[in-house]
Amino acid sequence: MGLADFFTTKLDAALGWARKYSIFQYPFVTACCGMEYMATACSHYDVDRFGAGLPRFSPRQADVLFVVGTISHKMAPVLRRVYDQMTEPKWVVAFGVCTCTGGFYDNYATVQGIDTILPVDVYIPGCPPRPESVLDGLMKLQDKIAAGRQRY
Amino acid sequence: MNGPDILARLTERFDAGVLASHGEPGDDALLVSLAALPEVLRFCRDDAALRFDMLMDLTAVDYLTYPGREEAPRFEVVYHLYSVPHNHRVRIKAGVEEDDPVVPTAVPLWPIANWLEREVWDMFGLRFAEHPDLRRLLLYEQFEGHPLRKDYPVSRRQPLIGPRN
Repeated sequence: MGLADFFTTKLDAALGWARKYSIFQYPFVTACCGMEYMATACSHYDVDRFGAGLPRFSPRQADVLFVVGTISHKMAPVLRRVYDQMTEPKWVVAFGVCTCTGGFYDNYATVQGIDTILPVDVYIPGCPPRPESVLDGLMKLQDKIAAGRQRY
Repeated sequence: MNGPDILARLTERFDAGVLASHGEPGDDALLVSLAALPEVLRFCRDDAALRFDMLMDLTAVDYLTYPGREEAPRFEVVYHLYSVPHNHRVRIKAGVEEDDPVVPTAVPLWPIANWLEREVWDMFGLRFAEHPDLRRLLLYEQFEGHPLRKDYPVSRRQPLIGPRN
């Protein structure tokens, strides 16, 4: 093992540690799950403890796309465009059962899971999910960010 | 006016056009023929005793599989009217045949009918004659068919992007 390999591994770990505590989210809030998202983001549950306290309302400044709420087929191209505008590295969280599978909206209007149009990193089921499960999902996302190979 | 008086006044004025009436407190409805519909609506709005100056809702019903309605027209348009000065309400319904689903527009009477009729066109495929701008309201232009019709397949999806699931 050369010096460069050892150095790269440690830099990966350092970058992963930094990135997992500086999550700038883009909340794509379309439906009732937004209420639970706000409850999680506010002081009682406080996502700022996880370094995710500052939502950015421009996809160009965001790292994590939070898709919060039902996505209709009419909305799907908009969501895809927001995802495409985000800069690498980027992650996607499916918040609520509608974004995971379409939920009980098994009809002509609703996308049956946003993973049909985007790559999803973490699924948070629930209708809506409790803040505890959102925080659990957020920590799983942190683990994934820290464990993954860092590109720079 | 109370409900029975409203129904009586309309039935008296449009004897031939009124097919049926139905009265329950707060739920008074009048079934009229499609030919008489424009005059009935205009009378409802302009008559001093009725003065239905507000179109609360305009929607439609598809009775394709409804038991006991095999002979009746497939669709019905439903107008929910409310009078602000008199504080009374009525529903006006008219049957629409399947093979030529055209309804006279109510936009000159109540401007809100513009979007309500576009929604009915979008969901049920009923055309409104002389509507100024009859485009889909909620769904996208590429959508084929009308999803609230009973013969629209429940599992038919028309995604703009992504797989056809």
